[in-house]
Amino acid sequence: MNGRLAGAMLGLTCLVAASVQGQAARQAAAGDWLVTRGEVGRAGGQLVVIERTEPRTLNPATAIDSPSRDVIWRTMADLIHINRDTQQIEPALARSWVVSRDGRRFTLSLRRGVRFSDGHPFGADDVLFSFRVYMDEKVGSPLRDQLIVGGQPISVRKVDQETVQVEMAEPYAAAERLFDNVAMLPSHLLEQPYREGRLSATWGLGTAAAGFAGLGPFRFKEHVAGQRLVLERNPYYWKRDRDGKPLPYLDQVVFVFVPTEDAQAVRFQSGEADITTRLSAANFSVLLRDQGERNYDLADLGAGLDYTFVFFNQNAPGEKATPAMRRQLSWFRQLPFRQAVSLAIDREGIVRLVYRGRATPIWGHVPPGNKLWANRSLPRPARSIEGARELLRKAGFGSRADGTLVDSDSQPVEFTVVTNTGNTERIQIATIIQDDLKQLGMRVNVVTLELRALIDRLLTTHEYDACVLGLGGGDADPNSEMNVWLSSGNTHLWNPGQAQPATPWEAEIDALMRRQMTTRDVALRKRLYDRVQELVAQNLPIISLVSPSVLVGATRGLGNFRPTVLDHHALSNVEELFWRRRAGGPQ
Amino acid sequence: MRCRPLLGLLALVYLATVLAGFLSPEDPAAQHRELAFAPPTRLHFMDAAGGLHLRPFVYGLAWSAAADAYAEDRSRISPVRFFVRGAPYRVAGTFSADRHLFGTDAPGPLFLIGSDDFGRDQFSRFLHGGQISLFAGLLGAGLSLGVGIVLGGLAGFYGAWVDETIMRVAEVFLALPWMYLLFAVRMALPLQIAPADAFLLVVSVIGLIGWARPARLIRGVVLSATLRDYVAAARSLGASDVYLLRRHLWPQVSGIALTQGALLVPQFVLAEVTLSFFGLGVGEPVPSWGNMLAGLQRYQVLSSYWWMFVPGLALIPVFLLYYALADALHRRAAGFPV
Repeated sequence: MNGRLAGAMLGLTCLVAASVQGQAARQAAAGDWLVTRGEVGRAGGQLVVIERTEPRTLNPATAIDSPSRDVIWRTMADLIHINRDTQQIEPALARSWVVSRDGRRFTLSLRRGVRFSDGHPFGADDVLFSFRVYMDEKVGSPLRDQLIVGGQPISVRKVDQETVQVEMAEPYAAAERLFDNVAMLPSHLLEQPYREGRLSATWGLGTAAAGFAGLGPFRFKEHVAGQRLVLERNPYYWKRDRDGKPLPYLDQVVFVFVPTEDAQAVRFQSGEADITTRLSAANFSVLLRDQGERNYDLADLGAGLDYTFVFFNQNAPGEKATPAMRRQLSWFRQLPFRQAVSLAIDREGIVRLVYRGRATPIWGHVPPGNKLWANRSLPRPARSIEGARELLRKAGFGSRADGTLVDSDSQPVEFTVVTNTGNTERIQIATIIQDDLKQLGMRVNVVTLELRALIDRLLTTHEYDACVLGLGGGDADPNSEMNVWLSSGNTHLWNPGQAQPATPWEAEIDALMRRQMTTRDVALRKRLYDRVQELVAQNLPIISLVSPSVLVGATRGLGNFRPTVLDHHALSNVEELFWRRRAGGPQ
Repeated sequence: MRCRPLLGLLALVYLATVLAGFLSPEDPAAQHRELAFAPPTRLHFMDAAGGLHLRPFVYGLAWSAAADAYAEDRSRISPVRFFVRGAPYRVAGTFSADRHLFGTDAPGPLFLIGSDDFGRDQFSRFLHGGQISLFAGLLGAGLSLGVGIVLGGLAGFYGAWVDETIMRVAEVFLALPWMYLLFAVRMALPLQIAPADAFLLVVSVIGLIGWARPARLIRGVVLSATLRDYVAAARSLGASDVYLLRRHLWPQVSGIALTQGALLVPQFVLAEVTLSFFGLGVGEPVPSWGNMLAGLQRYQVLSSYWWMFVPGLALIPVFLLYYALADALHRRAAGFPV
């Protein structure tokens, strides 16, 4: 009896083991798919997307301009991805990973059975090759800085064909986020150009479709200079929908190039494009008016990551500075002066006039669109001209009979606000500030400069008084703005590249930013970064004004259209997009 | 058409801009932030209850988000009054006043031709903007004509190397791309530049660059006149250069110069409008017809608010008046009946 039972048990065990082995083998043969959660759609059709300019390259190692990145990221994939909707990390080509206790070593397990868009298998060698390319100074990849932690490049080691180990010099708080946007390159196509030192010049727009391969939902098909760039469906893509159908649904994505924002709105309005992702509030209101009669849907996603602010020049006066310039710089360095300006600015008015209500007034530098990091407890002082006057009076400023504000030497307070030509919204904001500060007796001139000339004045010559500018758009993590908040940073706008922090609060921000960068405890990081936001709001090196809403539009009938406030906006889930009614052929 | 009526009409246009402070109901820089792009205000004589009012009145406006438009708030009327006190202004930079031809009681306001993107009264800005645009044209034309007459006259009268030198320099000026020159001049100046200085800069640049065409014309007239027998006779009788210029040549030149002037003014008005349109003229909040039209560069404004075109439309009758004047002056100079 016992012998029979033992035999039966052994037989059953063998049967189960054989069944599990068979299942794994089938899974390995079929591929280790990532199953998406979106609505199950239908295959076919094409999507026409508007871009501002033609991409400069299809090479992820050298692309810096946003049109190039928009195209490249439809054809490429990363190991760990930031979900643009939840702003959290999620598995991509790495199906799982393990972090060592000291937070310095990551062991990533790669998805099995994944193939490049030309059918070649993807493996650990491709991962090693990709990181070698990005970290090679000779290639000059903009991703290189991102991959240096604690002053040293990260090291990547192959454990086996499906496992790689990444090691960092010191623990890095948002280490998983480093892998986002690091596209995996096909070593079988790029190893040779890399060895021959011509990788930077590879994958230009003239590349033949057969010479290109990626792991994204689409692959390069054709480029007609000045007209369009066409991507076609990648038949080897590693994502499936809930029904197990292969993604992407669309046959083609066509990028067309329309240089101005207004012309983009007109093209979208006339139905010549299916998606527009960077609408201004003004054009959004025009499109909204005609929405009923036209075949498109618009979405106001609320505050994004972008924010607009005004800041004063707080650099030490140079040797050539005139007495008038020294006097102006001394005003700008006074906290009550900056507080008075902040208190006098009508943020609600800016939202209403400039953005037609499609923006959020802000008092801190992390906009509410940044769900994870915004400090919602920052004070929001109501606009008060009287309060501003009181602050100025206490700081030694006075008034002439005609209302002109004068400093303690009886010199009138007059300065210039610069912003960049062509950005209508910033020019309008500067004009509103001019009118608001007139009520305090300040005489403000508004001057527009070409963007490169403006940046040169801000970061090199420091010849300006105040500036209206914007930041944001990239990653939500605080580490993406280290260069802005560290006093030694080259884009520490109000006083860049300091050898030593000029003020105690800048020293404190330096310490907090450095600490949060190496802290793995998310709650502690949040507390540290909340304090940074408090310090910025208290000391006003930048006076945060508004965060514009992310405004997008798509032709009606586009399924799974879930635009996000983070970059790639309407295209972040392009593999899931499908046509409800128009499937089956080009539009 | 005769010259005098045309001059009278033009004088009225200029007078309206000189008296802009008095004729306009608002300070051109005053913002009504709750009334951006408000349409022209409707004048009423009959209230919501059907009551007739002899004095016209307006209703306040309130934004209706549901209708995506402004709606009249009929709970309260704002009568239109004449010779009301309001925002202080200066007349031609000489004396201050605060009396306006018309205005409304609170809540008002009265936007005869709507408001702009900051809720500023377009009518008040239009009149004040005319001061900049029309006078920039007039002063620019005067400057270029003055320089053109002097240099063209010298070239035509003395000939030889004087003529050669001045005409070659004129050709260089004709070849200058004035828009880029102004870009360069603006870049070389400090960031902070007062509106009055910006105005003078625009006038100086368009005036000093534009002298070459009138100089060539005047030079031709003077050159042909100096070859006339009566000039040679006067010269042989010992007449001085000044006498010849004053007695024999100036009468020949004056009519042509005036005609040329009447043609130059609209060109230079257009030059100022173009410069301000591209942000190179006077800066905000001072209005000029050019910077008022700059908003039309935006699709939303272009497609939604017809009243933003008014400064551009106003250029048409002003230009027609100047061209009619030039025609009348030409006929008079040529001895045709006018």
